[in-house]
Amino acid sequence: MLGLNNKDFRFLLIVIALTMATPILLQPFPEGSVMAQFNAGYPDLMQRFAIFGIFAIGFNILFGLTGYLSFGHAAFLGAGSYSAVWMFKLLSMNVIPGIILAIIVSGLFALLIGYISLRRSGIYFSILTLAFAQMSFNLAYSVLTPITNGETGLQVTLNDPRILGQQVAANGNVPPTNLFGLEMGSSFKLPVGAWEFTFNAGYYFCAVIAILAFYLSLRIFRSPFGLMLRAIKTNQTRLNYTGLNSRPYTLAAFVISGMYAGLAGALLASMDPLAGAERMQWTASGEVVLMTILGGVGTMMGPVLGAGFIKYFENIFSKINENVLHQWFSWLPDGLENIVIWVAEHFVGSGWHLTSGLLFMLVVIFLPGGLVEGGQRIAAMFKRKKADDDSDDAGHHPKQSPHVAE
Amino acid sequence: MSNSNLTRRGVLKSGAVAGAGVALPTIFTASSAAAYTNEPTGGTVTLGFNVPQSGPYADEGADELRAYQLAVEHLNGEGDAGMMNTFSSKALKGNGILGKKVEFVTGDTQTKSDAARASAKSMIEKDGAVMITGGSSSGVAVAVQGLCQEAGVIFMAGLTHSNDTTGKDKKANGFRHFFNAYMSGAALAPVLAARYGADRKAYHLTADYTWGWTQEESIVAATEALGWETVNTVKTPLAATDFSSYITPILQTDADVLVLNHYGGNMVNSLTNAVQFGLREKQVNGRNFEIVVPLFSRLMARGAGENIKGILGSTNWHWSLTDAGSAAFVKSFGTKYGFPPSQAAHTTYCQTLLYADACERAGTFNPCGVAEALEGFEFDGLGNGKTLYRADDHQCFKDVLVVKGKDNPTSEFDLLEVVEITPVDQVTYDPNHPMFAGGALGECNAG
Amino acid sequence: MDAILLQILNGLDKGSAYALIALGLTLIFGTLGVVNFAHGALFMIGAFCAVTLQRLLSLSFETVDPTKTDFLGNPAKIKTPYIESWLGPETGAAIIDWSVPLAILFSIPIMLFVGYVMERGLIKHFYKRPHADQILVTFGLAIVLQELVKHYYGANPIPTGAPDAFKGSFDFGVVLGFDPNLIIYPYWRMVYFAFAAVIIGAVFAFLQFTTFGMVVRAGMADRETVGLLGINIDKRFTIMFGIAAAVAGLAGVMYAPINSPNYHMGMDFLVLSFVVVVVGGMGSLPGAVLAGFMLGILESFASMNWIKDILPGIDQIIIYLVAIIILLARPRGLMGRKGVMED
Repeated sequence: MLGLNNKDFRFLLIVIALTMATPILLQPFPEGSVMAQFNAGYPDLMQRFAIFGIFAIGFNILFGLTGYLSFGHAAFLGAGSYSAVWMFKLLSMNVIPGIILAIIVSGLFALLIGYISLRRSGIYFSILTLAFAQMSFNLAYSVLTPITNGETGLQVTLNDPRILGQQVAANGNVPPTNLFGLEMGSSFKLPVGAWEFTFNAGYYFCAVIAILAFYLSLRIFRSPFGLMLRAIKTNQTRLNYTGLNSRPYTLAAFVISGMYAGLAGALLASMDPLAGAERMQWTASGEVVLMTILGGVGTMMGPVLGAGFIKYFENIFSKINENVLHQWFSWLPDGLENIVIWVAEHFVGSGWHLTSGLLFMLVVIFLPGGLVEGGQRIAAMFKRKKADDDSDDAGHHPKQSPHVAE
Repeated sequence: MSNSNLTRRGVLKSGAVAGAGVALPTIFTASSAAAYTNEPTGGTVTLGFNVPQSGPYADEGADELRAYQLAVEHLNGEGDAGMMNTFSSKALKGNGILGKKVEFVTGDTQTKSDAARASAKSMIEKDGAVMITGGSSSGVAVAVQGLCQEAGVIFMAGLTHSNDTTGKDKKANGFRHFFNAYMSGAALAPVLAARYGADRKAYHLTADYTWGWTQEESIVAATEALGWETVNTVKTPLAATDFSSYITPILQTDADVLVLNHYGGNMVNSLTNAVQFGLREKQVNGRNFEIVVPLFSRLMARGAGENIKGILGSTNWHWSLTDAGSAAFVKSFGTKYGFPPSQAAHTTYCQTLLYADACERAGTFNPCGVAEALEGFEFDGLGNGKTLYRADDHQCFKDVLVVKGKDNPTSEFDLLEVVEITPVDQVTYDPNHPMFAGGALGECNAG
Repeated sequence: MDAILLQILNGLDKGSAYALIALGLTLIFGTLGVVNFAHGALFMIGAFCAVTLQRLLSLSFETVDPTKTDFLGNPAKIKTPYIESWLGPETGAAIIDWSVPLAILFSIPIMLFVGYVMERGLIKHFYKRPHADQILVTFGLAIVLQELVKHYYGANPIPTGAPDAFKGSFDFGVVLGFDPNLIIYPYWRMVYFAFAAVIIGAVFAFLQFTTFGMVVRAGMADRETVGLLGINIDKRFTIMFGIAAAVAGLAGVMYAPINSPNYHMGMDFLVLSFVVVVVGGMGSLPGAVLAGFMLGILESFASMNWIKDILPGIDQIIIYLVAIIILLARPRGLMGRKGVMED
């Protein structure tokens, strides 16, 4: 169905179901309970999961399939955001023109950078992409401030023309971003007993696009084009000996993944109309690399899991402070409580970087195939228990092959 | 982010539609009928403290957080009440705000506009914060201020010194207690002219981003008005760590003053480098070469070690002030943490008290009511003398301190000495001053 | 002319730091085939060795001085370093003053140990893993190291001055016949350059003229053959990792007086040093050194005012721009070998 075989279609259905149920799945703890701190079902974070999922899926099309490790993908994310915000400033707060322009601009940008960078391979390619992205970031932060608003980031203001839309909303403020009138920020809260679930228009908008992006990427993975990209990864030299010019294929993959990044950037801006220059910094490029490796390079779900993992730590762990710890451990005897809190403090709040660094190391040491491998192992354990059950889709992901050749 | 439109006011409408689908209309509660974003309904009110906890300003963020915790204690009636005793408004009773116990959530801005907004959004969406405060850079302050305006909560800016925060990027829901680049220039220039002469030639090194530019513009205008000449203004990359290649060209000019429009790590490195290259010992036309750092931060200045000795700059507040408010604050902060507070800690503590006081006086947490109570509010006893929260741009007007790196520090905290307290009249400007033009407060947004 | 001379000096100085870090990075890569994202962190740890030694030497006991008061009005506590009370105030103060040069000795065993533990405990398990995994694990390690340092030393830069004897600057201009005070250069920066030259020379000499170095070079060229000859090449590579860590650490120690160390200084240098290594050519030691100095000098030139007037913002991007141009003109950087990390 939909050009997918049965297994893939089932896989897609599971992904759709999970995505749609995210606001419930991410809110496992009742409001006001001690564990409520770990709930992630609020609009901003759910939107980020979907958006960075798209970013990572796109990155995986390049890295996972061709093995080309781009260290400059954040440049396309930033270009997408800037284009979208400019559309909000000039045209209207409807997100569609912004998203379209962002995909076009980042595609062209990727074409330019890819055309030059793909003349080299391996680490030389990585450094070329890094250099382009760092140049974009440094200029966006300083000289290009008239276009990017530098340090603060590009914002929408009351003075923007917005020729097709409202310049100023009825309440005297900048109108909110919307999809033909449906405000991205609007949510619907559903209290169920002690729980409260938030269904946010923006999230579902991102989620639908993320599913489309996922579907497209699934099709690419299974297409002859995807096969060709894998051949490039396995042995480019041999491919070239067959008389085939591989560069158009890698360039196409690069541009597609750049457009994914631009789409993600536009969605970021659509959810929150601000485009900061830091989005283009090497740390942001590094982040998507980490997401992909952490989740599992070359797998379909891996990058999305990696994106969720990193964003969860960034947003949830950084907010746990001493007070919260005291609430958690107040049942311990005083002396012990202080010791536990002293230890825990290193890993939460301002120590969240430490936790994420440690987890990167642990995952890569013990799960060479990333989080997906963890899932596979757990699935395998279940399989052993009920040997007759073969309805597991994890085993069906492309197996980890040596991606970056030694 | 008008999240609220559907959640609150429009909830019945959308609720009916969605409810039909969900077919469980009984589970809707009345909590969504709030009049404004995150209206506190229980016995507590949640404030959001959004400070840098990672990155170069993490120490400043940590100090802000200490001050916030102290302020919350005082508001809830614990501790020695600090500046609540000296504050001219007596609306605060030590029983929380409007009888509700104050609770807080913290977040990490990472000194990045994106991350700061994500953190602030989670406070508003997840934790129900009714006010966001904090920050240690202008880019972040402007970005978060914009967010708070859209979300319909009050933003009480932390350490932000750019003119833009209450200039071209000012917002009806945003308020700044900290001083700004214009005030630094206006306070510093007369002292510079009096000490170094009115015919100096200044060479500027400026951090190449928005704050640096407004700082440079302000100090150039203020010094030129008093007769100084500007030899050159050179932009340096924010990411620069070694400033030697920007400092050596000064040797070839006839400049006799170097102005470092840098902050944080940039300031520490550029000042250290300038001293390494012997600029302090240099003589030009028989006069000593001088270095000026318009915005001094004691926490950061520590990184430059003894290089700051004798260097003039300005600061919002310093713990060595002896007025009753400052003394009370230093005492309660010092007793709790064992060292004196920084200017970042001071401004965030003041902002928290000012917000709480405005809520008490307005009798509501509604951002529009709070904003109205803050606008044009005159107060005293918070360490900077008589202060006005100007209604036109939500900027505090108060005395500015001109400070100098101390020659003989008696402790590791005793780095700056106050040279002059510039009276507020001298640093006041017209709301339509060209350096602040191009923006509008807009309407207050209650969500 | 004088301006250009000064910028060359500045460039040599910046280049020294780039070259030292890149040298270690390329050494690790050339021997072990590992992309070490934690190399910047090693540089940072070196700088904090200097900070730590300074703190250790200034460990103090407190005496209460009733005549003075602290900021709360309580009687002030006066700190006296133990070392001053043991060896007399003057000798003690002099030793504290010389803490950065002393930290060279202090840091070498520490850095060798850190390098050894890192290699045996972590990196060893990643030789056969894809480069992407190496990047992830070393990046994670870099974050952990950096956060630990932040936790104990704070985020603010910590002043770590050079000895008083090296304060002040040398007037090159007078030597070369220019006016006085036109071309001056701080003593410590000259020391840094000289130190870098010595270290680079020592590493090359070690690889060139010792049997150990010869074996290592042979191993770099063809690891399997050397292994088949019955030589335990892994052990030697471990030692090389330690040496590379020590080189990065020493670069950090000596850098501490130039710019006050802070916990993220390693990350600041990490990206630049990767660019330097790649521009030099992966796996080429002379290439790394050459590229380090070249980029340092070009960066200095780009910050000259008249160049910035023509091309605004050029100083922000010069390194990356040059890297792109060089990589397009010379596919494997300045001196890279064919087939190294190209696929």
